[in-house]
Amino acid sequence: MKLELRGITKRFGSLTANDHISLTVEPGEIHCILGENGAGKSTLMNVLYGLLEADEGEILLDDVEQRFDGPGDAMKAGIGMVHQHFMLIPVFTVAENVMLGHESTGFAGFLNQNQARARVRDISSRFGFDVDPDALIEDLPVGVQQRVEIIKALSRDAKVLVFDEPTAVLTPQETDELMSIMKQLRDAGTAIVFITHKLREVREVADRITVMRLGKVVGEASPSASNAELASLMVGRSVELTVQKQPAKPGEPALTVKGLTVVDPIGQLVVNNVDFEVHAGEVLAIAGVQGNGQTELTEAILGLQPRVKGSIALDGKELTGLNVRKVLDAGVGFIPEDRNEDGLVAEFSIAENLMLDRADGAPFAKGGSLQLRFRNTFATEKVREFDVRAQSIDTPVGTLSGGNQQKVVLARELSRELRLLVAAQPTRGLDVGSIEFVHKRVIEARDSGIPVVVVSTELDEVDALADRIAVMYRGGIVGIVPGGTDRETLGIMMAGEQPETPAPQGDPRGEAA
Amino acid sequence: MTTTAEHTVPDATPIVLEKTVVRSRKTPITLSVVAVLSIVLFVIFRRGGDTTFTFAGGRVAPSLPQVVLPTTLTCVILTVVLVLMAAASWWILARRTKVPLWYSSVFAFLFVVAFLTWAAGANSRPLPITSLLLGAVSLSVPYIFGALGGVLSERSGVVNIAIEGQLLAGAFLAAMVASMTGSMWLGLVAALVAGVLVSFILAAFAIKYYVDQVIVGVVINVLVLGLTNFLYSQVLAKDPEFLNNPPLLPAIPIPGLSAIPVIGPVLFDQSIIVYLMYIAVVAVYVGLFHTRWGLRLRSVGEHPQAADTVGINVTGTRFWNVSLAGAIVGLGGAYFTLGSVGSFSEDMTGGQGYIALAAVIFGRWDPVRATLAALLFGFASNLQYTLAAVGSPVPSEFLLMLPYVVTILAVAGFVGYVRGPAASGKPYIKS
Repeated sequence: MKLELRGITKRFGSLTANDHISLTVEPGEIHCILGENGAGKSTLMNVLYGLLEADEGEILLDDVEQRFDGPGDAMKAGIGMVHQHFMLIPVFTVAENVMLGHESTGFAGFLNQNQARARVRDISSRFGFDVDPDALIEDLPVGVQQRVEIIKALSRDAKVLVFDEPTAVLTPQETDELMSIMKQLRDAGTAIVFITHKLREVREVADRITVMRLGKVVGEASPSASNAELASLMVGRSVELTVQKQPAKPGEPALTVKGLTVVDPIGQLVVNNVDFEVHAGEVLAIAGVQGNGQTELTEAILGLQPRVKGSIALDGKELTGLNVRKVLDAGVGFIPEDRNEDGLVAEFSIAENLMLDRADGAPFAKGGSLQLRFRNTFATEKVREFDVRAQSIDTPVGTLSGGNQQKVVLARELSRELRLLVAAQPTRGLDVGSIEFVHKRVIEARDSGIPVVVVSTELDEVDALADRIAVMYRGGIVGIVPGGTDRETLGIMMAGEQPETPAPQGDPRGEAA
Repeated sequence: MTTTAEHTVPDATPIVLEKTVVRSRKTPITLSVVAVLSIVLFVIFRRGGDTTFTFAGGRVAPSLPQVVLPTTLTCVILTVVLVLMAAASWWILARRTKVPLWYSSVFAFLFVVAFLTWAAGANSRPLPITSLLLGAVSLSVPYIFGALGGVLSERSGVVNIAIEGQLLAGAFLAAMVASMTGSMWLGLVAALVAGVLVSFILAAFAIKYYVDQVIVGVVINVLVLGLTNFLYSQVLAKDPEFLNNPPLLPAIPIPGLSAIPVIGPVLFDQSIIVYLMYIAVVAVYVGLFHTRWGLRLRSVGEHPQAADTVGINVTGTRFWNVSLAGAIVGLGGAYFTLGSVGSFSEDMTGGQGYIALAAVIFGRWDPVRATLAALLFGFASNLQYTLAAVGSPVPSEFLLMLPYVVTILAVAGFVGYVRGPAASGKPYIKS
């Protein structure tokens, strides 16, 4: 089925999210839509899927104009979507999720579970998925959940399949696997729309590439275009894809973690007997697929986890057992992985957020009252230094873009005397320009002699920042390898296996020389 | 694994973490406290004489012979068993992770037996078991209807605090319509309508206008209370013969089943509304978990956006299921006026809707478990009447508290943190 969008325009108030977008996707073709966060890709797809109504423009399938009042209409017309945030009900089984909305029923609306199971098995075997129709979604790893999303779309005979940022949650191996599934579907005649901001993936599978920026189509590119060409088209200027950095000059071990174990409320060892050291002036990246204990590890360092065994020592001072206040006072800077949840108070202004962790003493508060003048001077200076783009320091943080919000977090954490910086997913959801900025700041912190721990699920980021890489899997550290280790090896370790050649643990000072 | 090709096979198994054992001491502590309480009540403040239990028959069922137990001896034996069981629960905890539910249930049953033996001891009047259970079922009827409505509503994503108001409205309209028409059937239909009308207010504010559902629910309860009080004093009280004199629903014995001793008169010689309740429990359970209706209802209560993306009308599904829940609760309200009392009086539900709400949570949003919870609360409520009637030494003020104490213990002590429907209480706002 051929999909054609003609002059789609969607406005939210004064913001034009899609400005006369036109594109055509042929059957048997993978059409990539490349663009930064906020370029309008998701809006466009929500219009296509009937979740939003376009202000102007039309959608044509095989040259017939369509009107979608809701996702139901789009599905009936043959459009399927694999959502970025899976649209699966965690407490339902695979079969129940697949049949929801078009259940086959017997007498009095009784569900025909067997038919639904057979359908799941049929589609999974056709594409070589290994999915148990009776498994509960919440028990499945994200890679498998994504396959359930694909099965869900295929079970409704989707002829046009939209993948919205599908690789954000996958391991490199799962990503490769998804790419081959997409190729398989393409060869079976499905028209595929693949939305992403990851250049590598685009070049691997795309037959055609449309680049969007600020709600407009800014150009088409061929899959043979170089990363730098695609990136500059996407951002509108040339960007440095890798941060420029000097080799690390590691000093003495600063953070020493020994036998660290974190137990969650149902008794699982989410962090399992972990040992590592971070030296002053080096970046230790903790790589791994989301959910293998990285979050709990960083929270344990901060004192946010209640059931912790083992030792975390910073410059010889024990941090375990201290409350968060004391840990921060010991000089730990923390960039949490979810800045909206843990990093910022959205309703508070930039100035208020910048002093959040120092409200209980001089110079921000004296005798219980806030020193507003000092706060404002401080905020004005930091906003300039960290290039936060906002109308004023009184703007609520919630109204800023993701990149600017993260700059506020960075500004707060980096403007204290730090003895350790812990950055969890510091560039998640940011645009290329902001990623560049954050990476530069992290490297600057390193070069000033601060030990840095960066948790990242993105290998590009690990590659850009790490002097050494620790790979976590199921709560344990599989191994610690030098920075610049190839993706293949890291991928193997992220799946829990030791690489063929035992990784040299090494003294970081030796490697740097 | 020696070749790299094999390594590229993605790991499809879930992340399985090593487990350590987190032992919850809650159950053994509770059992131990109860065991100590047993020693204090049944041994230190022991009562002599005999305790007589009677098992009266019904219109069809025969009576069973009465049982006479020596009060002190029975209480001491049961206390010893309770103490041993409490001690054994610590041993179970040391060996495995959890004390099983059946163990706690047997413990609770033995404690209740010991308590009844003690309370009706010292040659006081015989304790009528049949009427104790019959009363428990009768008092449970509004709780069960209320809990079923609560389960349906919350499973579809709308917190239903308004159970109380729906019960009261059902009771009022059923009494008025049945009196005016002289037809019990029209009274039942009127109760359904009353429940649905109250639900419409909840649904409109909660689903359409995204008002906080707890606040809307509480306001509705106050509104219905005020409205029925007003109408009662201004309308019903002016001509009670015509407006507030509904026919009582007759008991219909079910042939065969009603002849079983004790169980027959308790469960199978009841009015039509109780039989409707049995059907409702089964229908809600089967409907929720085995039909398309239930799958869609649960989907909008768990993850409305996911339901929306597969073409389910979230707003409509919620609206009609909240209305259906109101109809069921309204029917429970009719039981007050048509089933037990025989006329409407001010605030006659007296907070029972809130106990039904507790049964929903105690029953973990499952219709069958919620029904069992409602029965437990009904039993606790009736215990106060029965014990007062046999002349037990427990102060009547304490007995009045009993149902609420049991409710608090049940919800706070035994349930703790449970996971309800994920989107319950959250309005679905399309972006």
